[in-house]
Amino acid sequence: MDKKRREFLKIAGISTLAGLGAPAVVDRFVSGSSPLAALAAREVETGGHGEPAEAQAAPAEHVQQSVTTGIRLGMVIDIRKFIDNPEMEKECVRVCHAVHNVPVFSRKKDEIKWIWRTGYENAFPEHTNYYRNDEIEQNEVLVLCNHCDKPPCVRACPTKATFKAANGIVAMDYHRCIGCRFCMAACPYGARSFNWRDPREGLDMNKLNREFPTRMRGVVEKCNFCADRLGRGQQPACVEATGSTKAMVFGDLNDPNSEIRQVLKENYTIQRKPSLGTSPSVFFII
Amino acid sequence: MYDSGKIITGLIIFVLLITFPIWYNHGDAGEVPKPELPKDSKQCVLPTSEMRSNHMQLLNQWRDEVLRTGDRAYFELEGKKYQKSLQNACIQCHTSKKKFCDTCHTYTSVNPYCWDCHLVPVESE
Repeated sequence: MDKKRREFLKIAGISTLAGLGAPAVVDRFVSGSSPLAALAAREVETGGHGEPAEAQAAPAEHVQQSVTTGIRLGMVIDIRKFIDNPEMEKECVRVCHAVHNVPVFSRKKDEIKWIWRTGYENAFPEHTNYYRNDEIEQNEVLVLCNHCDKPPCVRACPTKATFKAANGIVAMDYHRCIGCRFCMAACPYGARSFNWRDPREGLDMNKLNREFPTRMRGVVEKCNFCADRLGRGQQPACVEATGSTKAMVFGDLNDPNSEIRQVLKENYTIQRKPSLGTSPSVFFII
Repeated sequence: MYDSGKIITGLIIFVLLITFPIWYNHGDAGEVPKPELPKDSKQCVLPTSEMRSNHMQLLNQWRDEVLRTGDRAYFELEGKKYQKSLQNACIQCHTSKKKFCDTCHTYTSVNPYCWDCHLVPVESE
């Protein structure tokens, strides 16, 4: 009896080792490399620091804007024209927020914004703020969601409530938003607002745009590049508000014959925080 | 069986209690709701029976097509063009939430969250 148990344990042990070991051996034969070589290859791939290869390449990314096929909607904002006409900035904000039923809350913490005015040093912290000229010093810059080509908010969203549409718009599906605010933490431009309160408290229910919904408490919202208006063949509301001044030009960045590409070709433009590698689709002429 | 008297009485009381809603309402399921149909138009997106059972799936399908795939193609009904939209299409004919949506939703005790964001048609009364 004792001997039999001993035999059994031996066979069981050997079978276990064979069972665990066999797949590794087979894998090595299939891939045709030794484990040491495989390890070395992985080191090269990740730059040897366990970081994804993408992160290593990031600093150079902002020079070369990645996607060049398909539609990529973008915008050029001409700050000079807004400086000439400061009322137009406020009009853009007013029109956008009216069209999209964006609530107004007096407390800063509850504020919801799709497009807003901010100081030059906040919009472009990577550019020098030392001895700025008077025009930049005394005026504010109109900023909105950059609809990045590599949107960090989309990577952060656990439910795919925010996603990149085929035309380059970084869109929100409020039906899916669970209000975790990861996207707000991920966005380096502060373009996202959280509905701490029921947005209808901050809206005049008699002056709503009845073609567009409101949001509910507990979702994150932001500029949608007027995807709804584009679908009806209209321009974005802010672009329309600037009229014929060409202070804002909207179009397809991947179409070499588009107006926006013409403007980009003729003017020196900057993007917000380009070194982060998000490839913003909104450009500024200063 | 031990204590059969107690057990059987207990069972009878239990059955009477859980069937309370049935015998209290005399086996009547209450008045079937009659949602008010639009007067001007006769035809909906799908036949009535399908709309009655599947309108929520259709709304979800529209939502995903419009929002996620960007397919905002219009559809035509009785010579009029409509967007795939609860707020911009359905409501144009079904002009009262109280007299249309709510009648069945209240009866079947469902609380869809559509109206948390989408705007309710302005009630005329």
